[in-house]
Amino acid sequence: MHLRRTGLLASAAIAATLILAPAAPPALAQTPPGVLAIGQIAEPKSLDPAAVTAANDFRIVVNLYDGLVRYADGSFEIEPALAESWEVSEDGTVYTFTLREGVTFHDGTPVDAEAIVFNFDRMLDEEHPYHDTGPFPLSFFFSAIEEVEAVDARTVRFTLNEPYAPFLSNLAYPTGLIVSPTAVAEHGADFGRNPVGTGPFRFESWDANTAVVVVRNEEYWDGAPPLEAAIFRPITDANTRVAEMLSGGIDVMVEVPPDSVSRFAESEDFELYEQAGPHLWFLILNAKEPPFDDVRVRQAVNYAIDKETLVENVLQGTAEVASGPIPPAFAWAYNEELEPYPHDPERARQLIEEAGATGSTVTMFVTEGGSGMLDPVPMGTAIQADLEEVGLDVEIETYEWNTFLAQVNPGLEGKANMAQMAWMTNDPDTLPYLALRSEAMPDNGGFNSGYYSNPEVDRLLQEARTATDQEERARLYKEMQEIVHEDAPWAFVANWKQNAVTSAAVDDFALQPSFFLLLHDVTKE
Amino acid sequence: MHLYIAKRLAALVPILFGLTLVVFFIMALIPGDPALAILGAYATPENVARLNAQLGLDESLPVQYLTWLGNLLQGDLGRSYSLNRPVLDEVLERFSATLILAGAALVLCTIFGLLAGIVSAVRQYGLADKAVTLLVLVGISMPSFWLGLLLILFFAVELRWLPASGMYAIYGGGDLPDLLSHLILPAATLAAVATGVVARLTRSAMLEVLRQDFIRTARAKGLPERRVIYVHAFKAALVSIIPVIGIQAGFVLGGAVYIETVFQWPGIGRMLVQAISTRDILLVQGGVLVVAASYVLINLLVDVLQSLVDPRVKA
Repeated sequence: MHLRRTGLLASAAIAATLILAPAAPPALAQTPPGVLAIGQIAEPKSLDPAAVTAANDFRIVVNLYDGLVRYADGSFEIEPALAESWEVSEDGTVYTFTLREGVTFHDGTPVDAEAIVFNFDRMLDEEHPYHDTGPFPLSFFFSAIEEVEAVDARTVRFTLNEPYAPFLSNLAYPTGLIVSPTAVAEHGADFGRNPVGTGPFRFESWDANTAVVVVRNEEYWDGAPPLEAAIFRPITDANTRVAEMLSGGIDVMVEVPPDSVSRFAESEDFELYEQAGPHLWFLILNAKEPPFDDVRVRQAVNYAIDKETLVENVLQGTAEVASGPIPPAFAWAYNEELEPYPHDPERARQLIEEAGATGSTVTMFVTEGGSGMLDPVPMGTAIQADLEEVGLDVEIETYEWNTFLAQVNPGLEGKANMAQMAWMTNDPDTLPYLALRSEAMPDNGGFNSGYYSNPEVDRLLQEARTATDQEERARLYKEMQEIVHEDAPWAFVANWKQNAVTSAAVDDFALQPSFFLLLHDVTKE
Repeated sequence: MHLYIAKRLAALVPILFGLTLVVFFIMALIPGDPALAILGAYATPENVARLNAQLGLDESLPVQYLTWLGNLLQGDLGRSYSLNRPVLDEVLERFSATLILAGAALVLCTIFGLLAGIVSAVRQYGLADKAVTLLVLVGISMPSFWLGLLLILFFAVELRWLPASGMYAIYGGGDLPDLLSHLILPAATLAAVATGVVARLTRSAMLEVLRQDFIRTARAKGLPERRVIYVHAFKAALVSIIPVIGIQAGFVLGGAVYIETVFQWPGIGRMLVQAISTRDILLVQGGVLVVAASYVLINLLVDVLQSLVDPRVKA
């Protein structure tokens, strides 16, 4: 009897609380005004800018450090940062930077020419006493550097082994951010957990798997930020990230899953931001083996894929239709006159027939997921359906991301006819140079896994890389895009739009085409 | 008894040795390596080779394993390349978070499982029995990650009573009430299935005991019913319940992987998944060592407990 009575009482109590629960209760776990909580997709690996490779880690380090130069707001144009000016020699191999006066690292160390030399020697010189604080996976961004010298306290000179136009852009990339030599000497291999830079925010604490906290740098050379602090929280599960955003546990959320975008867009409590980035999602076509050794069949694939539907339905508007090998985010180098291949199954069927390839069986490598790959499995099946529509018989092979790269990077010959791929870069040079040149075949250590070769494209890319005038580079890239568009070594599918959601309390927030998350100007009430 | 415990503990050494050997070579068999995972799209053969050398992964497999083993014997689990910190620090920190979560879930499933089982056995075919049976069925059948998401939506997003994820508040917080408020939802989710299992087994064990002669004798002696149930019958039923709870302890440790992901609990399950996908072999080895050792120890503890409750079981 006793048992039953307590049971009844308990259920009555639960029912009562559920019914009487206040309609709009105060939110738990909210951070106060001036303190911004950001939902990240993973725990950072390190906060040493020379050691990190992931966009997730870049979002933190770009707020802790400055480079010699940086991307101007909203573009990929280069503007001064720690260097207030620079000169490039006539032949494009000597860059001389004049450092801004009076800037110090968060630990008080002055930013002088010696500090800059220390940074690049640490990364590039295997004999350097602090080279063992790496590894530095992206140090090849600076492999063109022959020597870095401190001319005087405020002048530093880089000598390159050949003219290399993307050099300034690489300096603005996280790999080129400048760390405090004193702090590296003090913490050694643990520097990545005790970062010291010059940026608008100072590192405060890193509670493993819980949060990285950065606080306002009152002495910032470009003006102290309005925010008092920013807290980066790793939340790997996308659904949980959405729930945290809805419950007020975070103020900013990046990489909003496509399914949740409309929910945030329609709500007055949130602001949705979108920004197309330097990203390209494409299919590598194996030009060495039939049927894609015939340019008509490669073009046919481009005609056959219904990119609008992919972008609108599968990706739910989180990407735009791509037209060629250079994403529009590189506004200065992008060829505006290029139109994406229209969806024209009739034309595709005709081209395939002309090439005598109707009914061919083609193998497509699909990945389960991976950096920048968006929704590869549903995209793979949609593309499969589009291609079967025009007379190709598509067999899909699916691999986990690391396995996938191990299959694709050494080249597709004998394994597959096509493979999904995505790249995100910081300069229009990077992707075509590494993946479309005749000299970039897999056995030469390049990424031309589909064996595309056109001497004219090779020449244009080489010239664009060594030209120091941006207008001249732009002209060369535009010409290259036209040829590649026509040759169709890839099926150009989508350019990913980065998105983010903020709560209504957050203001002056902006996404950058570089995909960096800059918090310098952001406010929160 | 002491000798038995010592023997069981000694058996731990070959088990762990074999396990690390197997894990090491399985990790080596999965395609892709750490350098590939780090470099992603930039993984040219040249870059991969250079990075592998920097990571010390250019040695042959047996040499790598022996180096690892040698360091282990000196208490050094190595340094995780993906987290850039000593493996031991990371593993201990993450494992204690898992222990808190799994421990809480075990306490919950024991208390509620036993209570529900006893109630439904005592009131067999009554309303309470039917209600418990239904709830147990729901609890066992519901995928736990889905239950977790439902709980988050209801208690964190709609009602805003409890935090949606994490172990401590990121601002302020850090004390025991803060921990408990973060613990309730994941622990309840993790306990759901185990509670159902314990309740079912308690019910059948109690039903069997309640039919036995010594219960009739106890009742005939005029003992109060509550005493008959809770002291005489329950104690006898406990013999078959304890091993089940022991199995549940293993189950909640394993199930913690999903729950940790859904609730962003910084535990070792989530760490292992992450370590495998980044091919961080030292971290995988360290994590597996700790989890396996705790599994074996829990089993030992259950056996010892059982022999204490039931003299017929010889330890």
